[in-house]
Amino acid sequence: MDPTDRPLQHTPLHAAHVAAGARMVPFAGYDMPVQYPLGVLGEHLWTREQAGLFDVSHMGQAFVIGPDWETTACAIEALVPADILNLKPGYQRYSQLLDENGGILDDLMVTRSNYQGCEGWAYLVVNAACKETDFPHIAARLPAGVTLKRADDLALLALQGPAAVAVLEKLVPGIGDLGFMQFRALKVDGAHYHITRCGYTGEDGFEICVAAKDVVALWERLLGDERVKPIGLGARDSLRLEAGLCLYGHDIDTGTSPIEAGLNWSIQKRRREEGGFPGASRIQRELRDGAGRLRVGIRPEGRQPAREGADIMADGRKVGTVTSGGFGPSVNGPVAMGYVERGFASEGQKLTLMVRGKELAATVAALPFTPHRYARTKS
Amino acid sequence: MTTLYTKDHEYLSIDGDTATVGITDYAQNSLGDVVFVELPAVGKQLTKGGDAAVVESVKAASDVYAPISGEVVAVNDKLPDAPGTINEDPAGAGWFFKIRIKDKAELDGLMDEAAYQAFVAELG
Repeated sequence: MDPTDRPLQHTPLHAAHVAAGARMVPFAGYDMPVQYPLGVLGEHLWTREQAGLFDVSHMGQAFVIGPDWETTACAIEALVPADILNLKPGYQRYSQLLDENGGILDDLMVTRSNYQGCEGWAYLVVNAACKETDFPHIAARLPAGVTLKRADDLALLALQGPAAVAVLEKLVPGIGDLGFMQFRALKVDGAHYHITRCGYTGEDGFEICVAAKDVVALWERLLGDERVKPIGLGARDSLRLEAGLCLYGHDIDTGTSPIEAGLNWSIQKRRREEGGFPGASRIQRELRDGAGRLRVGIRPEGRQPAREGADIMADGRKVGTVTSGGFGPSVNGPVAMGYVERGFASEGQKLTLMVRGKELAATVAALPFTPHRYARTKS
Repeated sequence: MTTLYTKDHEYLSIDGDTATVGITDYAQNSLGDVVFVELPAVGKQLTKGGDAAVVESVKAASDVYAPISGEVVAVNDKLPDAPGTINEDPAGAGWFFKIRIKDKAELDGLMDEAAYQAFVAELG
């Protein structure tokens, strides 16, 4: 995956993965666990039934620091289409870094600090494969008085699944009160935890940011609970695909806009009206007139998966391309996402996928394939 | 009965002029959980090196090539509904198809058990 000859980087948990018998693969410049001995299928189902623990320390973490929230939020709003200004302290939002054409440079999470003395801080999490371009891109566009501080000394874990809250409650009593997309910073046994109730599986769960030096202890402590198993990148991908979540570089990239990708919900009303973000004219036009093509969920008939790159046909011609596809263990069948011309994007639309030179019947299906089970947001 | 192996990690259990073909334990382990298998039709004439079957795991698709030429005389009908059998018992219940060997000379380049184990050991 990494076309360069640079040696692969390790997260602070690399030795723990190897000791656990993980199969390691290159991913975004890191040597990462694709699966543990349980295997992708078992890891996927375990996460949906109990709790899965993911090392996502390869992802890019950083802070945007300004003198006050308004200054910081306006600096970020010049780069993304979400309403950052009206984000409440301790809340998180999903957004996209956009280029001048409204294409997606990366997708990211933005959290407003609720830490005393850090009122002008925003916490960003970006994709591992994009962080070396995202951070210079952001830093170069911040106004005087606002800075980007990379947090390469921070690790990141995701604890996902219906048992995640009960597991974390044992370490952090009261954390179950945290609502979906809310953030809390606290100290446990001398270690600082930055906890957000979010994830990339469609399940309830948390992402826990800790200092690299404290992450091995937290990893082992969480795995000490019999409801928790380590989960590799293989199941992370099948879980997010069933949850209908985009994978950067596959379902979204500079060739797709947030509207084509069906991410309209992540652009709040004020920003739609005011614009003021890169590519705003295109995105406002697509919001008004509809995009020419749309990301859809696709259910191939039978059991054979359709993979990324498969042509999508209808009316005897190509109308789109599969951007993510595989086997959904919880669905117990193949699932895919792709872009199709607007006229073919309605649920129930019959499609034909070209899979390994053969025609495979498929239907446009509602996303997600597996219902989201996020915690209800509390205020 | 002799078992021979290809560099593509297929095995052939030879019984007279018929060979039972499947993938090795090494192959199933590399693939991960198999979720789909497509077998050739009985009666199909396979050519050595040509497409014979398809196996797909959660993550990836993989071709199974015909290890020798000949006619498919039986397929493992239970496999498409229980593809996990390939992971559980690749050398037994997870067999793919039986082929009538067209030319025994094609077996010459294949590895025996010891040679295959050495080949796998070298792959690390």
